Amino acid sequence: MKNLKSCIIIFIILTFTTGIVYPLLITAVGQIFFPWQANGSLIYQNKVAVGSALIGQSFNTRSDLFWSRPSGTPDHPYNATSSGGSNLGPTNPKLISEIENRIAFLNKNGIKLPIPSDLVMGSGSGLDPDITPESAMIQIPRISKVTNIPEDTLKELVIKNTETKDLGLLGANRVNVLKLNLKLLELERKYAR
Amino acid sequence: MLLDILQFLIFFALLTLCVKPLGLYMTKVFQGEKTSISKIISPIELLVYRLSFVDPDNQMEWKEYAISMLLFNLMGFIFLFLLLLTQQLLPLNPEHFQGFSFDIALNSAISFITNTNWQAYSGESSASYLTQMLGFAVQNFLSAATGIAILVALIRGFASRESKVIGNFWVDITRTTFYILLPLSIIFAIFLISQGVIQNFNNYQIVHFISSQIIPMGPVASQEAIKFIGTNGGGFFNANSSHPYENPTPLTNILETFMMILIPASLTYTFGRMQKNTKQGWAIYFTMLFLLISFMGIQYWANISSNHIVSLLGISGHYIEGQEIRFGVAGSTLFSSITTATGCGAVNAMLDSLLPIGSMISMIFILSGEAIFGGVGSGLYTMFAFIIIAVFVAGLMIGRTPEFLGKKIEVKEMWMSIIIVLTSGILILIFTSIALTTKEGLSSILNPGPHGLSEILYAYASTANNNGSALAGLNANTLFYNITTSITMLVGRYVPAVAVIYMAGSLAGKKYIPPSVGTLPTNRVPFIIWLMLIIIIVGALTFFSALALGPFLENILMQRGF
Repeated sequence: MKNLKSCIIIFIILTFTTGIVYPLLITAVGQIFFPWQANGSLIYQNKVAVGSALIGQSFNTRSDLFWSRPSGTPDHPYNATSSGGSNLGPTNPKLISEIENRIAFLNKNGIKLPIPSDLVMGSGSGLDPDITPESAMIQIPRISKVTNIPEDTLKELVIKNTETKDLGLLGANRVNVLKLNLKLLELERKYAR
Repeated sequence: MLLDILQFLIFFALLTLCVKPLGLYMTKVFQGEKTSISKIISPIELLVYRLSFVDPDNQMEWKEYAISMLLFNLMGFIFLFLLLLTQQLLPLNPEHFQGFSFDIALNSAISFITNTNWQAYSGESSASYLTQMLGFAVQNFLSAATGIAILVALIRGFASRESKVIGNFWVDITRTTFYILLPLSIIFAIFLISQGVIQNFNNYQIVHFISSQIIPMGPVASQEAIKFIGTNGGGFFNANSSHPYENPTPLTNILETFMMILIPASLTYTFGRMQKNTKQGWAIYFTMLFLLISFMGIQYWANISSNHIVSLLGISGHYIEGQEIRFGVAGSTLFSSITTATGCGAVNAMLDSLLPIGSMISMIFILSGEAIFGGVGSGLYTMFAFIIIAVFVAGLMIGRTPEFLGKKIEVKEMWMSIIIVLTSGILILIFTSIALTTKEGLSSILNPGPHGLSEILYAYASTANNNGSALAGLNANTLFYNITTSITMLVGRYVPAVAVIYMAGSLAGKKYIPPSVGTLPTNRVPFIIWLMLIIIIVGALTFFSALALGPFLENILMQRGF
């Protein structure tokens, strides 16, 4: 019986410390020292949030922008309220036919084979904010045609926006599509004038 | 590729460097000695004992220790279960999520108290902020502390001489939480925020660019930190650690991987130190490390190889379905191997979409029954069961009395070790067969052919070994899977746990026999090789046929292009 009493009280104390004190402490530290990160790394333009630097978006409806990877989230691509991958296995005919359809779509839009794998295969989160530098480069002719921005200028833009491996060792080289497109739109405005 | 290998080498070198300092620190914690942070923590600790009527000097026999452990976990279950059922009535629920239905609440509560963190629910679309921080995150701490406490009881059993007591459960979990889990989590959580992991109580944000997007928010970093440190693995979001808000950069990725394995690795040194036989601790550490690196090498090779069916379509670059670009192949592989070798079960790539051999290696890590580092505490105590079996079989073969650390291995210890090692295997085979022969089991499969078998086998392997990762194409949120995986999680956790505590009591009562010429040395290379063979044989013999019909067959089909 004494054991039960100890059990209940210890449980309450540990739950209170780890479930209330600890997360509130971390929230306070985060909000004071890293408010931008703690609130989602949101990017603002003219005081309107246009997206998060960390969460990918779909740009496929605009032919003058760089496109992201495919996304397997339910309902619509890059549905951030329901993260997740397609979970299709490597021999699933459904995956193969989806990849074929994506290749056909890209071909129709002037992107020729061989196509970098990340442009036709989805990520695990369905919210990957990045594409590989190769995938950005291969889209340049398409964008140049629509926007009349010279290909070399676009190449420069991609190179300038490529993040390299952390500490020169970890991860992979990548381009954040939202940030890249925001810069691209600035360029487009300049060339439109 | 060379850079990848360099990265692996640096990772394991750093890990090995950390084993001794953290192991030493934890030894002090478990032996009740002063540590560098005692000044701050000790008054809190004493206050906890006073408030809860615990006498920290009161040592428990195995029965009292086991009952306390079970009672404490039952309390956790009731609290979490009720919280899940009633979250719609409670605060911090900005998206107005309904309470969990009965079967999923049952499954999720059992999942988190057993350190499994199997998730049939989807975080961002069904759990309130209160549920996440006061429910799931709390159990991340408490289930980890429980696992460590059980291990420490067993180590005391080995170390003590003709005594009946194995420590005080309340003291062990209190000290583990306050001295080890909380300080590490606070530091790591703050680091994670600095890298972009979110920590707030805002409403979900609506952003607008070329179309609108709703972005979920929440107190993620605090939960993310303990998720790795306690080898829990339950994601705040459905996509777990592939989600950019849980794992934003390559640097967070490598450190999250590091935090998963840090405590399981360091506990080997803690054991050696408490046993005053650090050589034995290192022997166990390097056994585990060797197995981990060998299998991880195979997974890396599988992950960089290509899928011919897809390559033929005119695709360049590596097979990246289900993986994030920022982590690279090396980061995805390191994470996928270590999350399944340790009992963590978080994922940064969808294991269901890996090439067949890659996902098979993750499954093999789990099927090894947590002996390759495993969950905090639970991994090392499973390893001890394997060691006892190895000592016993070797003893029979060469005609020596089976002894380990000066304790004679007798019928009782053998029984308990067999129970610890075989419980999960038996559960996996029985429930996989049931699922494969019923409509309820089969209808949840996403991927056809041999891959479907892998999905079901993986589900029960993961739950029976308290891992929690999944071949997530399987629709696990059905009555059938919620109930059956609840059973495998419960039995897979508590039967071995009680067997360990019983064995601790039985070992504690034994005389110490000083090593003689007739003693089999258990810290030398021949025994290490023997031990690895035992682990692989038990795993392979139990599951070889199932693996042949699942991933192996799928790999052959893929090579021929169906």
